[in-house]
Amino acid sequence: MNDKKFWFTFGIILIAFIIYWLLGHPFFIVERVTMLYAILLAAAMLIFYINKAKRGEKIYLRAIPGLKAFEEAVGRATEMGKPVLYVPGIQDMDQVETVAGVIILGHVAKMTARYETALNVPVARSIVMKAGRESVREAYIVEGRPDLFHEDMVHYLTDDQFAYAAGVNGIMMREKPAAVFYQGKFYAESLILAETGNSIGAIQIAGTASPAQIPFFVTACDYTLIGEEFFAASAYLSEDPQLIGAVKGMDILKVMIIAIIALSIFLRVFNDLGWINFDILKYLTIQ
Amino acid sequence: MFSAEIVGAWIAVFLTLAIFSYLYRDNPFYKIAEHIFVGVSAGYWASMYFWTQIQPNLFGRLWPALHEGLSLGFLGKLWYAIYNFFNLIYPPAFPDGGVATGHGMQLTYIIPLILGIMMLLSVFSKFSWFARWGICYVVGMAAGLRAYGFLNSNVIGQVKGSVIPLVGDVSTGAIINGIILLIGTISGLLYFYFSKEHKGWFGTVGKIGIYFLMISFGASFGFAVMGRISLLIGRFTDLKSFGGAAYHHASLWILAAMVILLGIWSFFNKEEKATKGVPIK
Repeated sequence: MNDKKFWFTFGIILIAFIIYWLLGHPFFIVERVTMLYAILLAAAMLIFYINKAKRGEKIYLRAIPGLKAFEEAVGRATEMGKPVLYVPGIQDMDQVETVAGVIILGHVAKMTARYETALNVPVARSIVMKAGRESVREAYIVEGRPDLFHEDMVHYLTDDQFAYAAGVNGIMMREKPAAVFYQGKFYAESLILAETGNSIGAIQIAGTASPAQIPFFVTACDYTLIGEEFFAASAYLSEDPQLIGAVKGMDILKVMIIAIIALSIFLRVFNDLGWINFDILKYLTIQ
Repeated sequence: MFSAEIVGAWIAVFLTLAIFSYLYRDNPFYKIAEHIFVGVSAGYWASMYFWTQIQPNLFGRLWPALHEGLSLGFLGKLWYAIYNFFNLIYPPAFPDGGVATGHGMQLTYIIPLILGIMMLLSVFSKFSWFARWGICYVVGMAAGLRAYGFLNSNVIGQVKGSVIPLVGDVSTGAIINGIILLIGTISGLLYFYFSKEHKGWFGTVGKIGIYFLMISFGASFGFAVMGRISLLIGRFTDLKSFGGAAYHHASLWILAAMVILLGIWSFFNKEEKATKGVPIK
């Protein structure tokens, strides 16, 4: 979609909405209008910057140390002749972290295919196993090494959280991988896994958006991608303009959120002082 | 003399101590416990999904139990003929006349049934691409469903939480607290701003943001460690009670046997320890 198409579609949607509004907006829950604005703003920002990136405009992204270490870790495993272990978390594909984890798995698989290094991906959900296999298969084909791919690279252990942790620990103790990646949604098993990986001396790179688990990974891993760094990782690794544009769009949204916070504080102060009659908190409360 | 409770206690003690033996090093007891745990849990969850999801929610809606005296038309009979095939294979899971779970017939559930069959068919390499449909459905559906929730709680909720009261009936402490949270929110947001180098004043703000994040991670770490300690205390309490006469001193006997057997095993596996225990780093 080029700029002309973008503004044309935006204009059509806007006019249609104004007509719908003037006609009495049946079925529209007025209390949720803030949510509509938020969705429109987020979608517009993302589409705008993705288009910009697609047109070839240069978008700068600062370096994230953890991402630079991905290739270094796989290279180290290759030098030592040891496998790479990739843990995509314990949740299903309906979790955005797992989706991000499977995308990053594709990039790691490209590196292992390039360096001819063994890759082991134990999973806790059947759909993640299928998605992971597809991702790894594609990576090996793209790198021109389909001969190195075999389905058992991505294998199912169990759905149970701690049984999965025990199984992965066993794999670590017996196979002694030189590089361990934890990229996905984790819960209480995070420290058990990361400590075991640390005890075998593997270089460990974690990435998660689970706030309660980040401290454990920070403590026990060599590099940790915190929160949004983890989601931005696939854009960095792929250098795909579409993903880079999305990262830039999210950045602009953050600035807008800060501006909205500042504006809302002023509006609240003015309202509390009785200078205006506009309760911003009412609009920020979604029914 | 040996009731099911006592046998259960002995098994619990063995498995607990077998898992604890990992603290020494990877050994046959840990391997036994690990394989039992992984295998039993995989089977347990497969069974759970079938009896709590597939049987009542899928088959119960596609082939609900027929009311007595209800006559089916040609299409209905054809539809239930498919079910009767399952009934022939395994009647306990697919009882005569349909699954009685109180649901009415909802034919929209054919979609998950087809997606599930496509997922199963992917075991044949020719049909492996079938699995992508199911994955696409799950990812797309979840993305749309969660976008609303995330925007509501993580974005608008955070903005609302950051709109602190500065005037009126507010204590000085509350204002200071609010300002600290506001600085943390803004600097934290700017730390995750990727399209600008973290240098100069921007770098300083980002640094403040990461300090806030690390303080919250520290608090979270301490909280989780306290939770783990209480779990450990729970296991020790069980081991202590199972060590009593009522359980024929299960904890003591199994501990003693395990220590002796591990000692013997270690004696005969000295070489393995020397080569495998060396850290890579």
